[in-house]
Amino acid sequence: MAVEKPKSFQEIILRLQAYWAQKGCAIMQPYDMEVGAGTFHPATTLRALGGKSWAAAYVQPSRRPTDGRYGENPNRLQHYYQYQVLIKPSPPNLQELYLGSLEAIGIDMDLHDIRFVEDDWESPTLGAWGLGWEVWCDGMEVSQFTYFQQVGGHDCHPVSGELTYGLERLAMYVLGVDHVMDMPYNDPQTLIPLTYGDVFKQTEEEYARWNFDVANTDVLLRHFEEAEAECDAILEQEHIDPKTGKRIIMAHPAYDQCIKASHMFNLLDARGVISVTERQAYIGRVRALAKKCADAFVLTEAGGHGL
Amino acid sequence: MPDLLIELFSEEIPARMQTRAAEDLKKRMTDGLVEAGLTYAGAVAFSTPRRLTLALEGVLAQSPTLREERKGPRVDAPEKAIEGFLRGAGLTRDQLEIRDEKKGQVYFATIEKAGRPAADIIAEVLDATVRNFPWPKSMRWGSGSLRWVRPLHSIICILTDDLGTTVVPLDIDGIKAGNTTAGHRFMAPTTFEVSGFEDYASKLKRAYVVLDPQERADAIWQDAQNQAFASGMDVVEDNALLAEVAGLVEWPVVLMGRIDDAFLDLPPEVLQTSMKEHQKFFSVKNPKTGRIEKFITVANRETKDTGATILAGNQKVLFARLSDAKFFWENDLRIAKGQGLSVWTNTLANVTFHNKLGSQKQRIDRIAALATALAPAVGADPELASQAALVAKADLSSEMVYEFPELQGLMGRYYAQAADLPHEVATACEAHYSPLGPSDDVPTDPVSVAVALADKLDTLTGFWAIDEKPTGSKDPFALRRAALGIIRLLSENSVRMSLKTAIAQAYPGADADDLLGFFHDRLKVYLRDQGIRHDVIDACLVMENNDDLTLLITRAKALSDFLATDDGTNLVQGYKRANNIVTQAEQKDGVEYSFGADAKFAESDVEKTLFAALDAQAPKIEASMKSEDFGAAMIGMAYLRAPIDAFFEGVQVNSDNQVVRRNRLNLLSRIRQICLLVADLSKIEG
Repeated sequence: MAVEKPKSFQEIILRLQAYWAQKGCAIMQPYDMEVGAGTFHPATTLRALGGKSWAAAYVQPSRRPTDGRYGENPNRLQHYYQYQVLIKPSPPNLQELYLGSLEAIGIDMDLHDIRFVEDDWESPTLGAWGLGWEVWCDGMEVSQFTYFQQVGGHDCHPVSGELTYGLERLAMYVLGVDHVMDMPYNDPQTLIPLTYGDVFKQTEEEYARWNFDVANTDVLLRHFEEAEAECDAILEQEHIDPKTGKRIIMAHPAYDQCIKASHMFNLLDARGVISVTERQAYIGRVRALAKKCADAFVLTEAGGHGL
Repeated sequence: MPDLLIELFSEEIPARMQTRAAEDLKKRMTDGLVEAGLTYAGAVAFSTPRRLTLALEGVLAQSPTLREERKGPRVDAPEKAIEGFLRGAGLTRDQLEIRDEKKGQVYFATIEKAGRPAADIIAEVLDATVRNFPWPKSMRWGSGSLRWVRPLHSIICILTDDLGTTVVPLDIDGIKAGNTTAGHRFMAPTTFEVSGFEDYASKLKRAYVVLDPQERADAIWQDAQNQAFASGMDVVEDNALLAEVAGLVEWPVVLMGRIDDAFLDLPPEVLQTSMKEHQKFFSVKNPKTGRIEKFITVANRETKDTGATILAGNQKVLFARLSDAKFFWENDLRIAKGQGLSVWTNTLANVTFHNKLGSQKQRIDRIAALATALAPAVGADPELASQAALVAKADLSSEMVYEFPELQGLMGRYYAQAADLPHEVATACEAHYSPLGPSDDVPTDPVSVAVALADKLDTLTGFWAIDEKPTGSKDPFALRRAALGIIRLLSENSVRMSLKTAIAQAYPGADADDLLGFFHDRLKVYLRDQGIRHDVIDACLVMENNDDLTLLITRAKALSDFLATDDGTNLVQGYKRANNIVTQAEQKDGVEYSFGADAKFAESDVEKTLFAALDAQAPKIEASMKSEDFGAAMIGMAYLRAPIDAFFEGVQVNSDNQVVRRNRLNLLSRIRQICLLVADLSKIEG
């Protein structure tokens, strides 16, 4: 039973939203900070921790400054979108649910060759890892599928199942487009048809120039260190808020600083001022923050405290 | 006797783990069953991406009853002792037997361990096998605590005999064993019941699953060859890839596609690597052009358009991948031809080799200086050696090697050729990494040898200096491999050089003796693999110039050959005897017997013969050693064996006549001195 093909990038996103909403996920909005991947959204990183059940799906704008190609490369972008699904505990039919989402965006299971190819996931900056696959459709990687085993140094109990779709690549495949900038963003038959390039070509150029050549590395470095210090300062606060008398552990504000430090590191990396050996040290510093935030989150109610 | 069928059905098992897992399942299950007394007639194990299967034929219906007889205390033993014995045996007193022994009447207990039904034992062993399965990496899922390579969904565990099929009652973390499984994920997903192995295998085949990985691999290879042959081409053999691909599909469907003309000028290694690494495609070569012109991909299903959509999709992905590769290749070539390879070397100044050993550029400069210094010893032109060393690692900055690190060296050769560098330099770009392993070819071109030696020596002396030596099984910088590489480069090219001098050239102030000791340890391993005993090497190691490894190896081989002869082993005995007698006499007399043996004091014929033999052979042996003709020296030594044997047979060294005694001791000392020209035979065992 073939589903009608989508006509645009946004239609693919809308169909994924409708599909996962119908499967019971809370449709979240993108996190309002610069992140490298959908995993960084606290709805994944923090909510994968602790014993409470959770089901969320969302689009996350993601930034990888080193991948900027001034909008010229057919599929490399410094700013792109990921679609992220996180369900805890991972349901036994997660693979079938996932395959259903591919059908929902117009991939006819009777004509294509879908494969689950080993690909273990690890995020050194988040102190997280899991086992799973990259999912291939006719040899094309269309998603990452991971069972989280550890996040922020904590064992995941229960285990979350995480799905990550690289939206541009997936959409280009479904829509049969060879260059990302040529991809219809909205319906090509509409009054004002827009391509991905109409929306993003210019910003890719602007950011590529800034990322690679202009960003002030002294400022970035200072921001990194300030974020690191602020994260520590937040987590050193008493658990009992002296003003309200309530137990308020500020895991999320601290985690924001961790995200910020991580993004500053990515920008410094793109500016080429971090040597190979320093790289490891910076990653270690961000991971230390992520671990502290995870330690704090599991003491909160959402983190399963008192369950 | 019943047959047993087990299937562990899960989400997709990584291809690289499947074969080993099937073997582990078989081994752990059969070991466990046999240990519990449940023997079987035959066992086979299989794997697919979603299942591990074990079939046992002719399993005992129950384990045999075991009887054990235990001797207890005497009948008149204290009550406590008898009670203790009863407790241990789990019996009451009336079940004991009284036997007359020499020391009196003694209790005997016969304990009978009843056999257990096969199902009970199988359930236990399978439970333990699943819970302790040796996956290289395993995981938890959902809310459970069971670990498996990926979520485990169902278990078949059935016993089949003439009366029918029974499910072995078993529950592992909520997964109940049953008699059902599912077919191909997409082509036949509904579950079905099975009654035994044959029924299982044939139903699976109808449900688009080929159970046997070898059958899948054979089918893929056969079909790939047929398709290639039909268009007059050959599939490039790759057994590792074939095994991997067979582990990615349950129902292999081979599809062949064309590589776009735009990419046919890429080096074949680039095409092959890109297709294999990224997409697990086989390369198809046109024998007429020698180029790779097509690819083979293996899908996991049939489709109503006979794979047209799948092939088109794969072709599109390939196009994008190869566009990247072509982009890298053309950019790299432009730089190689326009600016030369040194531009790349210079950018390596920004890449750290090791934080205590400086940048890659600094390392390359050191290697170049060392290669220049070593060049004369290996017969290379020093300028060419330096030039080669300076560009040999340039390709590390190229885009192609950044994308495909395994192409390092090879790309360097292509780019050096493109830059019109001398062919020795281009060869060295690729060859200087060799030999990588014990079976890897050793470069023979002198320039390549110089750069390869310099590269490895720089690594060794550098890590030695910062105290990052290998310990136990830890050798993160592959220093053992580097040392073995140097040993093979020197010996297989018959290069003569003082390693200590070379070490000092590589790193002034290095602890050359310590590092030389490391080389000697590696040399022992290397020669042991060639059948040369460690004591033979020890006997040679104490000789002069032991840092000239080629000389050392030649000496050890000659000695080893000599010791394999009768003359050799006997001469060693004669030497040891002479050495012992002289050493003891020296200790006793407090003097050194080192010279002055005179034939005129010789009393018997055997003594005279020995004098004559030593006089005749000593100069020859000495001359042979000077010219490093170890073989000739050993022949000279062989002539000494009979006179020495005869001497010990017929002569008493400790004569009452002190002049004669001293003369004989000095004569034995001559034997010792002559033998010591060759090696320290006292190190030889036996």
